[in-house]
Amino acid sequence: MKSVLGDRKAIAILLGPALLIYTLVMLVPVVWSFVYTFFTGDPLSGFTFVGGKNFAHMFSDPQIWSAFLFTAKYALLMTVLQVGLGYGLALVYNFILKKSSSIIRTLVFFPVVLPTVAVAILFQKLFQSAPSDGVVNNLLTEIGLGRVDWLGTGTTAFVVIIVMDVWRSMGFYGVLIFSGLLDIPEEILESARIDGARRWKLFRHIILPLSMPIVTASIIFSINGTIKVFDSVYALTLGGPGTSTTPLTLYMYAEAFQYSDYGYGSTIALLLTVLCLIVTLFIFRSSRRDITV
Amino acid sequence: MTAATATRPAPARLPRRTRPFSGARLVRNVLSTIVIVVLLVIEIYPLFWMFINSLKSNFDFLNNPTWHLPTSWEWGNYGAAWQIGSLATTITNSAIATIPSLILIVILGTAAGFALEVMVWKGRNTVLLLILGGIMIPGQMILLPLFTVYYNIGVTGTLIPLIITYTATGLPLTTFMMATYFRAIPREVFEASTIDGASILRSFWSIGFPLIRNAIVTVALVQFFLIWNDLLIAITFADQRPLNTVQAGLLNFSGDYGSKQYGPLLAAVCITVGGILVIYLFLNQRIMKGLTAGTLKG
Repeated sequence: MKSVLGDRKAIAILLGPALLIYTLVMLVPVVWSFVYTFFTGDPLSGFTFVGGKNFAHMFSDPQIWSAFLFTAKYALLMTVLQVGLGYGLALVYNFILKKSSSIIRTLVFFPVVLPTVAVAILFQKLFQSAPSDGVVNNLLTEIGLGRVDWLGTGTTAFVVIIVMDVWRSMGFYGVLIFSGLLDIPEEILESARIDGARRWKLFRHIILPLSMPIVTASIIFSINGTIKVFDSVYALTLGGPGTSTTPLTLYMYAEAFQYSDYGYGSTIALLLTVLCLIVTLFIFRSSRRDITV
Repeated sequence: MTAATATRPAPARLPRRTRPFSGARLVRNVLSTIVIVVLLVIEIYPLFWMFINSLKSNFDFLNNPTWHLPTSWEWGNYGAAWQIGSLATTITNSAIATIPSLILIVILGTAAGFALEVMVWKGRNTVLLLILGGIMIPGQMILLPLFTVYYNIGVTGTLIPLIITYTATGLPLTTFMMATYFRAIPREVFEASTIDGASILRSFWSIGFPLIRNAIVTVALVQFFLIWNDLLIAITFADQRPLNTVQAGLLNFSGDYGSKQYGPLLAAVCITVGGILVIYLFLNQRIMKGLTAGTLKG
C-alpha cells in the first residue's frame, strides 16, 4: 500500500509547481537580496561592488538607529496593547456577555478585514486639524481642552498611528484569545468556583495560567506582524512629519526606491529579517521554558 | 469555533444559578450593557461619521462641526468619487490581480499540502519546514530582486508581477493550512480509493479536493483579504496610475485631492468599505475562523 502513497511521480506532479514557484519567487530572491548587500546601485543605472561598506554605513547611520527605535517602540507598545486589549475583550466575551457575545465579536472584528488605506484616510480625517478640525478636535474643544495638531508632530502622530492600529486589530486578538479561553474545560472552572475561587483569584490562579499557550501564540504573532509594520504608517503619515514616524520597513523602501540604492535597501531588509528571526526564536524558547518549569 | 461557541453556554447553566444575592445579577446586566454600548460606539461611530461626512459639501465639511448631519445631502459625491478616483479601473485591476492569484494559490497550495501530508516520502518534514519559513520572511526581503527581474524581462507595465508575487507569497500559509486540514482525514480513505483502481492523482482530485471543500473556501477567503488589502507589493510593482489597485488608487486620490474634495474622498472610502462589508455580512463566521486559524497554525 505504501507504494501508492509513495508514488514519486505523483509527488513531483503535486508538489513540484508550488515548490518551484516558492523557490523562484521567495527563496532565490532572499539569497539574491543578501548578495545585494555588498553592492550599490539599482537596475536602471547598474550595480557596483562595495564590499562591506553598506554594513559599515549601517552602524554609523543615525537615521537607521531612529528607524530601529521607532520600530521597537511601535512593536513593543502594539504587542502589549493588542494582546492586553484582546485578552480583555476575550474575558468580556466569555464571562460578561456570554451568549450575546457573538454579534459583538463579529462587530468588533469587522475593522480587521478593512483595507488599511481606507482606515488610514478615515483616521486622517477624524484627527484632522487643518484646514478645519476633525471630530477628535471638535470633541476636545467642546469639553474645554485645547485642539491638537495631531499629525503635525512626531509624538502626536505616533499616538494616532497607535490608536488606529489598535482600533483595526483588537477584534482579531479578541477572537483569537477568546477561542483559547473556550478550550479551558468548564469542569476546572466549576470546581475552582466550588472551592471558593472568585473573580480575581479565579482569574489569577486558574484562567491566566491555563490561557498562557494562546497568549504566547498571540505575542509571537503580534510581534512578528508589528515589526513589519508598513501599510498603516505609509498610508497615514508616510513616515512624517520629517522622518519622525519612519519604521525600518519604510526607511528601506525610501532608500531603495527614492534614493535608488538597492544595496543599502537590502541591508536594511536583512536587518529586518534577522530581527524577526531573533524575536521569534527568543519568545519561542522562553515560552518553552515557562511550560517545562 | 462556531461549534464550540454553540455548545459553550449549556454546561455553565447547570449548578451555579444559585447566586447568594440577586444584586450580582443586576450588576452584571448593567456592566454588560455598558460594555456593549462602549464597544458599539468605538467600532461603529467612526464608520458612521465617515458616512455622514461623505455626503457633505466642502463648505459644509470645513465650516461646521464634523459631527453635524449634512446641511444638504450631496449624493452626487458618490458619482464624483467613482469618476475622480477612477474606481472602475482600480477595482478591475484589483480583480485581475486577485482572482488568478487566488486560483493558483488554492490549486497549488492544496496539491502541495496533499503531497506533504498524505503522501509518504523521505524528507517531507524538511520541505514543510522550508515552506513554513516563508511565512516569516518580510516582503521587503524579496522586493528588490523581484523588481530587477520583472524590469529585465519587461513585464513592469502589466499586472503580471502582482499575480506572480501574490501567488508565491500566499503559498506558504496555504500549503501549511491545507496540510493541517488533510491531517484530519484518515489515509485509508485515499488508500481505499486507489485499490478500486484510481491512481493517487485521481483520488486527490476526485476525493481529496471535494472532502476539504470547506477548508478551501476558508483558506481562499483568508488569501482574498491578504491580497485585496495589500499595499506594499501593489505600490512597488504597479505604481503607474493605469495599473493602480484599489488601495494604491485610494492613496493617490487622497494625495491629489484629499485636501480639496473631502466628500468625494470619503465617498470613495465608503464604497471600498461597503464592498467589504457586503462580503463580511454573509461570511463573517467563516472569515473570523479562517483568519485566526491561520495564526494558530503559523
